[in-house]
Amino acid sequence: MKKIAIRDSEYEPKKSRILRTKRMTATEKLFEIALPGGKSLDHEPGQFVEVSVFGVGEAPISVSSSPTKRGSFELCIRKVGRVTEALHRLEAGDDVGIRGPFGKGFSVRILEGNDLLFVAGGLGIVPLRSLINYVIDNRRDFGTVNILLGCKTPKDMLFNEEVDEWNKRLDVKLNCTVDKADPAWKGNVGLITSLIPGINLDPDRTFGVVVGPPIMYRFVIKELLAKKIPERQILVSLERHMKCGLGKCGHCQIENLYCCQDGPVFTYDKIKNLKGAL
Amino acid sequence: MQYALLKKDHLNDFISKLAQEQKVVAPVSRGFGQFSFEEVADASRIILKHIPTILPPKKYFMPQEETLLEYNLSEGQSMEAVVECQKMVLFGVHTCDLAGIQCLNIAFSERPKDFNYLIRKNKIAIVGLECNDYCDEYASCSLMDNHFPNGGYDLFFTDLGDFFIVHVNTQLGDELIEKTKVFERADKSHMDTLAKMREKKRGIFKNEVDIDHQELEPLFKKSQNSKVWDELNKRCVACANCTNVCPSCYCFDVTDELQLDLKHGKRYRRWDSCQNEGFAKVSGGESFREKRGERQKHRYYRKFLYPMAKFARFFCTGCGRCSRTCMAKINLKETIRSLITEKA
Repeated sequence: MKKIAIRDSEYEPKKSRILRTKRMTATEKLFEIALPGGKSLDHEPGQFVEVSVFGVGEAPISVSSSPTKRGSFELCIRKVGRVTEALHRLEAGDDVGIRGPFGKGFSVRILEGNDLLFVAGGLGIVPLRSLINYVIDNRRDFGTVNILLGCKTPKDMLFNEEVDEWNKRLDVKLNCTVDKADPAWKGNVGLITSLIPGINLDPDRTFGVVVGPPIMYRFVIKELLAKKIPERQILVSLERHMKCGLGKCGHCQIENLYCCQDGPVFTYDKIKNLKGAL
Repeated sequence: MQYALLKKDHLNDFISKLAQEQKVVAPVSRGFGQFSFEEVADASRIILKHIPTILPPKKYFMPQEETLLEYNLSEGQSMEAVVECQKMVLFGVHTCDLAGIQCLNIAFSERPKDFNYLIRKNKIAIVGLECNDYCDEYASCSLMDNHFPNGGYDLFFTDLGDFFIVHVNTQLGDELIEKTKVFERADKSHMDTLAKMREKKRGIFKNEVDIDHQELEPLFKKSQNSKVWDELNKRCVACANCTNVCPSCYCFDVTDELQLDLKHGKRYRRWDSCQNEGFAKVSGGESFREKRGERQKHRYYRKFLYPMAKFARFFCTGCGRCSRTCMAKINLKETIRSLITEKA
């Protein structure tokens, strides 16, 4: 059949350059990427991009750097499937295709002036880091900042040096916990939900921002509601297979919503009655 | 509003003249009481009275497989977005399938727009064909209000025995008529015959399920936890036939394919189905619609509830294909009846 070239196809990735990579754990690697011409990605914290390795495929990856960092952006990628395995073989100087940013992120305009409680489980720190660093870069525009981090073992902790930096700040409160400690671990042991009751917060002006594995949401949200945080002030980012990013292919659909366009960030009141959302 | 007349003897001239210039596809018999849209050179193989074709005309608007990007890895990963398209005339489209094409138009023109679809769609001239009577017992076109022509065509044929009355709906339709020069003027007696047939048709087509068109949305709204979905869970074999043959299902998968030279490659999309087990699975292993009943419910809701909120339109056309093709004999009309009975 006749093929004609088209401009402005939503499916056409921008050829982008990997500037730097950093191995973070056995399965996670950080990539710093620049769009052609050093153009800014201009994303909102919580949005994602589609990353292409030609000949292999495309995968949705959340942006991990803050939009305040301009000129390049960072993706922290877990090696888990065909595309991400191929990505892990790439180094600085290699090219990848980028489409996006896609979706609705954390609306920083709504968060402005309010107290923030961040709850990140496992890989949840990856998209949340984008917002945390945005908040830190604009620190006086927000109220108190509480960060709760949890993961399986100390070896799985991501962005260790950066987390240490956050911890040293007088304007950020930070707590870490692991499911299973090792001898060197000095922090908490136990589920992330156990850290929530001890936090002193003003529910009316607190936004709970929760990102983690699907199983985590129900338990964390229960604790936040017990703290009297209103439903519309609980923000979650949901994981689905966002294949096209354009609200068409159907893979990421949650009832009537397309996670790639309507999400991945939702307020709890919008999704609490959707079967299969949490 | 403009009507023309085509004597049945001249149908062959119409088709063969068009086919000399461009691809013409029309319903032909595949045996076993089955039909499909295939390329034709003249009218000899065209079957005017047919049940809905195995695959709907969707296959021309959204091919089962289509290239989105071509790339060359040796030239610094050069790539080009492409659309595969071809000028053609689609002849013999029933009103249910015209409605299906309208659903696809809406889904793909919603922002962000899908130019692959939108460019291709405008290369296709559509010639509709009226159903004077029911095709078979699976149809529910009257319930879905798709048994009379509601636009979405360039020309529309109504078979009135020795001749067709042809509604010329667009400039493109008029050009087909001018080009082939086999049409005559329709006079008042012909129009009266058409009106009489339509009147008779109103007596034949009745709501196939005892529910008002407007009540379908509320019915599905309150059937979220229905036992009917548990029942479908036991019966569905997750073969995805229902979504493949559906004129308004458009979910797809995107895949890369590298040629053996390991330099040239393409990215293409192909039909996928929410009925497949892995459809809503994420890389961490979680599947968000694990049970077949949940997936069947999702399919029904994508026809009767979700598009109503988004586009104020049902995405079921009443063509009956899903019921006709289901290996487990899951029947759309029976499903709706069960939901009504349960809520009664």
